[in-house]
Amino acid sequence: MAKTYFTEDHEWLRVEGGVATVGITDYAQQQLGDLVFVELPELGRKLAKGDTAVVVESVKAASDVYAPVDGEITEANTSLSSDPSLVNSAATGDGWLWKMKLANESQLDGLLDEAAYKAHIG
Amino acid sequence: MTGDDTKHLPLEDLHVAAGARFGAFAGWSMPLTYPAGVMKEHLHSREHAGLFDISHMKLFEISGSGAAALLNRACPFDAGALEVSQSKYTFFLNEAAGILDDLIVTRLGAERFMMVANAGNAAADEKHLRALVKNFEAEGDFDVKVDALDRVFLAIQGPEAWAALSRAGIETGSLVFMHGIEPREKWFMSRSGYTGEDGFEICLPEADARNLVTRLLEDERVMWVGLAARDSLRLEAGLCLHGLDITPEIDPASAGLMWAIPKEVRASGAFIGADALRAILQRGPAQKRVGLKPEGRQPVRAGAALFDADGNPAGHVTSGGFGPSAGHPVAMGYVQTPLAKSGAKLFADVRGTKIPVDIHPLPFTPHRYRKG
Repeated sequence: MAKTYFTEDHEWLRVEGGVATVGITDYAQQQLGDLVFVELPELGRKLAKGDTAVVVESVKAASDVYAPVDGEITEANTSLSSDPSLVNSAATGDGWLWKMKLANESQLDGLLDEAAYKAHIG
Repeated sequence: MTGDDTKHLPLEDLHVAAGARFGAFAGWSMPLTYPAGVMKEHLHSREHAGLFDISHMKLFEISGSGAAALLNRACPFDAGALEVSQSKYTFFLNEAAGILDDLIVTRLGAERFMMVANAGNAAADEKHLRALVKNFEAEGDFDVKVDALDRVFLAIQGPEAWAALSRAGIETGSLVFMHGIEPREKWFMSRSGYTGEDGFEICLPEADARNLVTRLLEDERVMWVGLAARDSLRLEAGLCLHGLDITPEIDPASAGLMWAIPKEVRASGAFIGADALRAILQRGPAQKRVGLKPEGRQPVRAGAALFDADGNPAGHVTSGGFGPSAGHPVAMGYVQTPLAKSGAKLFADVRGTKIPVDIHPLPFTPHRYRKG
């Protein structure tokens, strides 16, 4: 069964079978405002925790989205190329950003659960 | 927000009540967006009427028998040639003809002028003006007074701005683009703006402003618009932001703003920076401000370096983002003069990727001013 984790940098991860689907939270999309472009990662790229995986661009500014854990990109959400506003309208659903194969599942223990994330954003 | 020098808008409580997100700009805490979001706020301003709180900008009233002489020294224009109620876009230049600030000056009467200055430069502008007054006074009998006004300043912009004002009890009928009047005591209203649309800027006392805002927002054609959409609107309209597109290192010729300087003033005006500007005009500016249209959807932003097809440095981007009305990314920047022709192919470096960029005529969206 899939389990969902959060980071203090306002990302969510849904983990199933050693693969995490990653996106930004609804709170994050509200802070960014209307997105107009998402720079998607290359497939097969190996990321260490904290590396910039994706750049999301609003009308006004570009913001980095970091890899929440180590892993390898297995899929990018290409529907964002034609409709980046999916991140605004469905941040935790169709607006997911990428999928990654986890290199070290024990890193998940350091992430937040939903209750802890809600406390973090106040 | 205690213990710092951030300035707060007199109507801040209204913006908080409207759900604004705030951010710092030029020392002020400013509404960046409202719950509608930058995209809707931008498009609403082009289709209906956007209401902006621009009280961070500064108004100076300059009066006295020496007012026109002071302005002609401070700015490259002819204040005495303005008709009463006529406005002109002009600048403060330094001795090297660099742009210290861009301004709008309106003649209110025979010996009275209103100057609108940018928030970030207001303190330096006031100092500059007062120093010039001292210089004149040192030379002999000179009568001029500079008053920095403490008022609320609102802008209402868009094709329905005049109708919304009319419904709120403010007739704008005979006022045309780039003219300003004093419709009531302590009010100053001009038909002008920073969006490329028809619209008005109204400076007024706080109590009057609260009444006016309430009446305007009862009209469904009017919505609050924040600083984020103000920026995307002005960028599509090809209007410069001081500090980015024009700076003390940029002269009006490079910036493509010579239309603001009358021919006679160019030839014989005694404004600060005149000699330097004449020298620049004689040899021709080395770089020119241009519109830039990036290919595809990825915005190219301020600071990005520009290259020609052979990879040689060609210039840089000074403002960039997404144009909600244009439907594509829009930018402005400076390129070497020989490259500044529409259609020239350049490349912008964005995080290591070279994005193809076309030099594009400005504005990106046509101006719709009401010229009479």
